[in-house]
Amino acid sequence: MSDAAATKENPAPGTGDLVVLRKVNKHFGDLHVLQDIDLTIARGEVVVVVGPSGGGKSTLCRAINRLETIDSGEIAIDGKPLPAEGRELAALRADVGMVFQSFNLFAHKTVLANVMLGQVKVRKKKKDVAEARARQLLDRVGVASQADKYPAQLSGGQQQRVAIARALAMDPKIMLFDEPTSALDPEMINEVLEVMRQLARDGMTMVVVTHEMGFARSAANRVVFMADGRIMEETTPDQFFSSPRSARAKDFLSKILHH
Amino acid sequence: MFDFLEGYDLLGAFWTTVRLTVLSAVGALIWGTVLAAMRVSPVPLMRGFGTTYVNVVRNIPLTVIIVFTSLGLFQTLGVTLGARDFTTINFRLAVLGLTVYTAAFVCEALRSGINTVPVGQMEAARAIGLTFPQALGYIVLPQAFRSVVAPLANVLIALTKNTTVAAAIGVAEAAALMRVMIENEAQLILISAVFAFGFICLTLPAGLFLGWVSKKVSVKR
Ligand SMILES: Nc1ncnc2c1ncn2[C@@H]1O[C@H](COP(=O)(O)OP(=O)(O)O)[C@@H](O)[C@H]1O
Ligand SMILES: [Mg+2]
Repeated sequence: MSDAAATKENPAPGTGDLVVLRKVNKHFGDLHVLQDIDLTIARGEVVVVVGPSGGGKSTLCRAINRLETIDSGEIAIDGKPLPAEGRELAALRADVGMVFQSFNLFAHKTVLANVMLGQVKVRKKKKDVAEARARQLLDRVGVASQADKYPAQLSGGQQQRVAIARALAMDPKIMLFDEPTSALDPEMINEVLEVMRQLARDGMTMVVVTHEMGFARSAANRVVFMADGRIMEETTPDQFFSSPRSARAKDFLSKILHH
Repeated sequence: MFDFLEGYDLLGAFWTTVRLTVLSAVGALIWGTVLAAMRVSPVPLMRGFGTTYVNVVRNIPLTVIIVFTSLGLFQTLGVTLGARDFTTINFRLAVLGLTVYTAAFVCEALRSGINTVPVGQMEAARAIGLTFPQALGYIVLPQAFRSVVAPLANVLIALTKNTTVAAAIGVAEAAALMRVMIENEAQLILISAVFAFGFICLTLPAGLFLGWVSKKVSVKR
C-alpha cells in the first residue's frame, strides 16, 4: 500500500506499560469468550486487533474500560487495577476513550454539546473552556462547520469523526476503537481512518479492532490475532501479513484479503 | 335555558378539579420518574421495589386508594398532611392518593420510553465517564421523556377524569357538584352535558397541545 511509509512516521512507543491484562477470563453463560488473555500495551503503542467475528474482540475492548465485567484475572491501567462499580470506575472510564461501530452520538444533543458534555460534567471544566476545546477538536477531525447540527443530520463518516472528538475531549490516556469503520459506506471509510492515522502519529496509545488491513499495515506497531476467545498470534504487521504462523490466521487472512 | 346553573359555584368546582389535576400531575411526574429510575437501576433492591410498587398500585381500584387515604391514613393513623380543616385535609389526601396511583402509570410510560433509547446511548455515556445517575439524567431520561410525551398526555387525560373519584372523600370538585345539582334540579341531561363539556374543555386543549409538543421534541435517529 502507498501509506506503508507512514509506519516510519509513527513514533516508537514511549516507555512504560499503559494497559496490562493478566489471565483475564470471561464467560457469557456457557460461552468462554475471553480465555486467559495476557496482553500488555505500551504507552504510545498502536495495537490492531483482528480476527473472525465472534472471536471476542469487542468483549476485550469493553472489558478494558469495564463496560463488561470479567470473571477472573486482572486489568490494570497506568499501574492502577480496575476498580469495581461506582465513582472511581466512572473516573477511570473517562481516561479510556471509546469509539463504537455505531457511533452512539447523543441523539438529543448538538454536535458541539456532544463534545462538551463530558468535559463539563466529568472533568468539571467551565462552559466556555469546554466549548473552545470542543471547537478545536471538531476542527481537528474536520467537522467544525457541523457544530450546531444534530447527529442525525450528519453522514456516517462525519458522525464517527464527532465520536472521536467526543472521546478525545476527555484527554484520554488510551483510545479504544471497536470496528470504527464497519458501519460506514465505503467512500467514508478513509476520512475516518485518516483521523485515526493522525492520532497515531501524534503519539496516542490506541487499540483498534478493524478489518482495514491497509490501516493495520500503515499505523500499527503490533497486530493481535484473536479467535475463539484466545490471542492466537501477536506480532508486527509485516510479519503477520506476510507469514502468519497459525493455521487460523492463515485461513482468516485468505478470506479477508479476497475481498 | 341555563337558569338552573344559578346559585351554584360551577367555576369554583372546576377550579378544584384543575388544582387536583395539576398538583397530582406534578407529584406523579416526579414520583413516577423516581420509580422508573429504580426499575432500570443496577441495584436489585431498588428494581424489586419499583416492580412491586407498580404491580400492586396499578391493580388496586383508585376508589379504594382514595378511600384508604381518608379512612386509613387520616381517621386511623391521624395523618393530616399539615392541614387543620377537613376541606384542606381531604383535598391533600386526594392529591396524595392520585399521585400514588398515577405515578405507577407514569413509571410504566417512562419505562417503555427508556426502552426506545438504544443501549448504545447508555454505553457511550458511561464510556465518557458519566456515573449511572448522570448517564440516566443527562442522556437516557431526556430522550425517554421526548418519546413519551404522547403516552404521558394519555396519563394526564386519565388523571383529569380520575380526579372525580376525590368526591368519594368529600372533595368539592366538579363531579361532586354535579351530583348535588342533579339531585336538586330537574335537568339531568343538561346538567350532565354541561359537566361533560367542562371536562372536554380541560382535556382536549391539553391533549392537542401535548400532541404538538410530542412532534416538536421527538428525537431524530
Ligand atoms: N452480552 C452478551 N451476552 C451473551 N453473549 C454475548 C454478549 N456479547 C457477546 N456475546 C457473544 O460472545 C462472543 C464474542 O463476541 P464479541 O466479543 O462481540 O466478538 P467479536 O467482536 O470478535 O465479533 C460471540 O459469540 C457473541 O455472540
Ligand atoms: Mg465485535
